[in-house]
Amino acid sequence: MSGETRDMDAPLAIEGHGSKKSYLVGFALSAVLTAIPFWLVMGNVLSNQGLTSALVILFAVLQILVHTFCFLHVNTETEGGWTMLAYIFTAVILLITIAGSLWIMYHLNSNMMPGMIAPQMSGAP
Amino acid sequence: MATKAKTRAKAAQASEAPLFYETGDHAAHPASPTLLGFWIYLMSDALLFASIFATFGVLGTSYAGGPTAREIFDLPLVALNTAILLVSSITYGFAMLAMERGAIRTVQAWLALTALLGMSFVGVELYEFGHLIAEGATPQRSGFLSAFFTLVGTHGAHVSFGIIWIGVMLVQVQKRGLIAENRRRLLCLSMFWHFLDVVWIGVFTYVYLLGMMR
Repeated sequence: MSGETRDMDAPLAIEGHGSKKSYLVGFALSAVLTAIPFWLVMGNVLSNQGLTSALVILFAVLQILVHTFCFLHVNTETEGGWTMLAYIFTAVILLITIAGSLWIMYHLNSNMMPGMIAPQMSGAP
Repeated sequence: MATKAKTRAKAAQASEAPLFYETGDHAAHPASPTLLGFWIYLMSDALLFASIFATFGVLGTSYAGGPTAREIFDLPLVALNTAILLVSSITYGFAMLAMERGAIRTVQAWLALTALLGMSFVGVELYEFGHLIAEGATPQRSGFLSAFFTLVGTHGAHVSFGIIWIGVMLVQVQKRGLIAENRRRLLCLSMFWHFLDVVWIGVFTYVYLLGMMR
């Protein structure tokens, strides 16, 4: 893919930095995607906490994607697609690690006998 | 003579046959393996952060009778830090664009500005840590605080090393100019810096914003 189209005389004039436009668009989107969740939480805009949490997480995921494409320039062309593949692989492992830990530990906690949890919860120092 | 011509014809034919491997001179573009290798390092670093995030997720409500997230977090300060890091991301981007044009002075100016923003970020974070510790919210107070200091501290340590790296690159660019090696290093540093901003999105969302609602 990229091997044939590379300019041999300019080995380092390469992938890895985008255009001014991609940086400016990425910055504008990130600013909006940061401001909204902060506004939601600091201003107590929604009375429903579950909805607020879901929206905050959604905006974070969107902003991570914006950073990935506008700032890190991950795409299917760079390095013949290997950066993209490594990125997707990492994202999957990351999700399994975090969601899996939360899930398992939540169940362990709720399966504890009440008598075992109580002294820990009161936690007098 | 005739056999030689025949082999040459054969060789020409062979070169038109489909190739299933690259025959090009790989030494001609030395940047490629470094950038991919550095990218894979960043991905492994992301997995390190994943385990610390998971730890924080599990211990995030283990207050042990100590202060809760809602009592100790100062969201305006976090918003300020988020803004600083986001602006530093785009100033580094401008340094990369200047590097493409070969404008050494502009590259140095943007890099220096990025380093200053990075230092303000670390400064605000240290101020927050100092404030928490003065209030008695130390890492050894509860599981929640241990996980908090580990996660935010690890990110802050990465940013600090990024600042040191920017300083080293400022010296390198001053001494040798925008040679191929320096451009490669600046590209790696670019990925490192933007990656830290991505991790910070996770931190302010997961630790601060969601922590305030627990």
